[in-house]
Amino acid sequence: MKHKINELEDIAAQVRRDIVRMVHACQSGHPGGSLGCADFMTALYFEIMNHSTDFKMDGKGEDLFFLSNGHISPVFYSVLARSGYFDIAEMATFRKLNSRLQGHPTTHEGLPGIRIASGSLGQGMSVAIGAAQAKKLNKDQSTVFVLLGDGELQEGQNWEAIMYAPHNKVDNLIASIDYNGQQIDGPTEKVLSLENLQAKFEAFGWNVINSDGNDMDSIVKALHYAKSLTGKGKPILNLMSTQMGYGVDFMMGSHKWHGVAPNDEQLAAALAQLSSTLKDY
Amino acid sequence: MKKYTYTEKKDTRSGFGAGLLEAGKKNPEVVALCADLVGSLKMDAFIKEFPERFFQIGIAEANMIGIAAGLTIGGKVPFTGTFANFSTGRVYDQIRQSVAYSDKNVKICASHAGLTLGEDGATHQILEDIGLMKMLPGMTVINTCDYNQTKAATIAIAEHHGPVYLRFGRPVIPVFTDPDQKFEIGKAWMVNEGTDVTIIATGHMVWKAIEAGEKLAELGIDAEIINIHTIKPLDEEAVLKSVKKTGCVVTCEEHNKLGGLGESVARLLSTELPSPQEFVAVNDSFGESGTPDQLMTKYGLDSINIVEAAQKVIKRAKK
Repeated sequence: MKHKINELEDIAAQVRRDIVRMVHACQSGHPGGSLGCADFMTALYFEIMNHSTDFKMDGKGEDLFFLSNGHISPVFYSVLARSGYFDIAEMATFRKLNSRLQGHPTTHEGLPGIRIASGSLGQGMSVAIGAAQAKKLNKDQSTVFVLLGDGELQEGQNWEAIMYAPHNKVDNLIASIDYNGQQIDGPTEKVLSLENLQAKFEAFGWNVINSDGNDMDSIVKALHYAKSLTGKGKPILNLMSTQMGYGVDFMMGSHKWHGVAPNDEQLAAALAQLSSTLKDY
Repeated sequence: MKKYTYTEKKDTRSGFGAGLLEAGKKNPEVVALCADLVGSLKMDAFIKEFPERFFQIGIAEANMIGIAAGLTIGGKVPFTGTFANFSTGRVYDQIRQSVAYSDKNVKICASHAGLTLGEDGATHQILEDIGLMKMLPGMTVINTCDYNQTKAATIAIAEHHGPVYLRFGRPVIPVFTDPDQKFEIGKAWMVNEGTDVTIIATGHMVWKAIEAGEKLAELGIDAEIINIHTIKPLDEEAVLKSVKKTGCVVTCEEHNKLGGLGESVARLLSTELPSPQEFVAVNDSFGESGTPDQLMTKYGLDSINIVEAAQKVIKRAKK
């Protein structure tokens, strides 16, 4: 372990402060999913992945991460800045004119840490598979991670990719599903049910593990275990239960905060629940 | 009129297959992907030579574009292959976000473009692809005219960094360009120098433009014929220099007249050198089943259509 669990929890608390402050400052963006994935993203960047903040696009010899559900860019930007890819002060430019921190992540503005544009949903799994297959051709033993939203699985391209990866033994790939059961128009169950995701992925030939994405101990153990399953002929799926808005009580468990920014009072109420463990940007 | 002859007919897609093999030999980072159309795309030779550098994707074009984008991140130079319709319209958003906006070095190689796909009909005959692809910022768009040019272009795009759309076709057509040509992206090819009218052609229409030039010569009209193989970036200097001399232009393409080469030329001329122009192109319609020759005749893409367009545009220029 590079960090103790409570140290990772402290970083995640600061990441959550960054998220609500970023979204508040520009009065737009997606706090719900970002907060729900703060523990996972912290575990990945501060504990699990071997990566260099001296950013190189090809990432040779490094573990790579792709964010398919690009709208949770605040959590991505926060972990990148907090791990040293760029100055934390730059978070103040989120979604503003001439910023490298676009509403959805992009390579177009040259922000270190971003390897593909995402936002139009359903494309990240395919890209991650391509990056994983390039690693195999390059005899590079490192791992490729991708995060997808659960609602995003309604996009058909995902199922093309989900079918392709086991057939081609892409076993250096760990996909995680942000399984929060919510999407813009309401609960996923009501909008378009995903039914039994574990059975679906297993039927396609994936090695499926489960985790609690808002319990740092659970997520760190799950990701270490997932890494131990690489190289065994199957892609790995981390089916990760999360709560949208986790960490801010009034944003939790509802789709209402999918894409809504807090006002001044709500920001104060949110920050009161999140201790500042590192310095605010 | 400069004399062009040919000793054999071949399909442009075979030029792609030959070029892909060459590109693969030159650069070990070149990889190929195909969505269940290996035979149609003539990828067999590459696959035989480099089996570990070939990815059979299955009938899943969106996934193919995404995987290609991902492969570039590890330094690969991926060539995707499927029909033009499935290379563009079907996967436009994947190309837009994962390739063009992400500035990924993917070569989107598209066979069976246009009407000359023939009997399969309009579901497979895309006539909008040049327009779709040229509108994407940073995308290079190339439409080649014979086997040799397609082979040379395939080798050239492997050496160019950035996303490329390479469009070619199914039918066998005359092989009339230099087998040892160096393909320069964005550089027009002067097929025949003339003074009365500029004929600008791309793809399968270049040979038809040559046939038209011969007929026009018999009628006493000295046509300048230019092959624009790179629709984007357009060789503006070559177009302007020619039209300045002739005063009028006919554009020829196996594509909808909306959004194609003709419109790129018209946009340039309207701002720099307003001149009469005629379009030999499909008049905003879908295709249909038929033999390639029947379709080219029915949709007005024969050499006689170029001759008539030239005569018409010269009259307009003289007014």
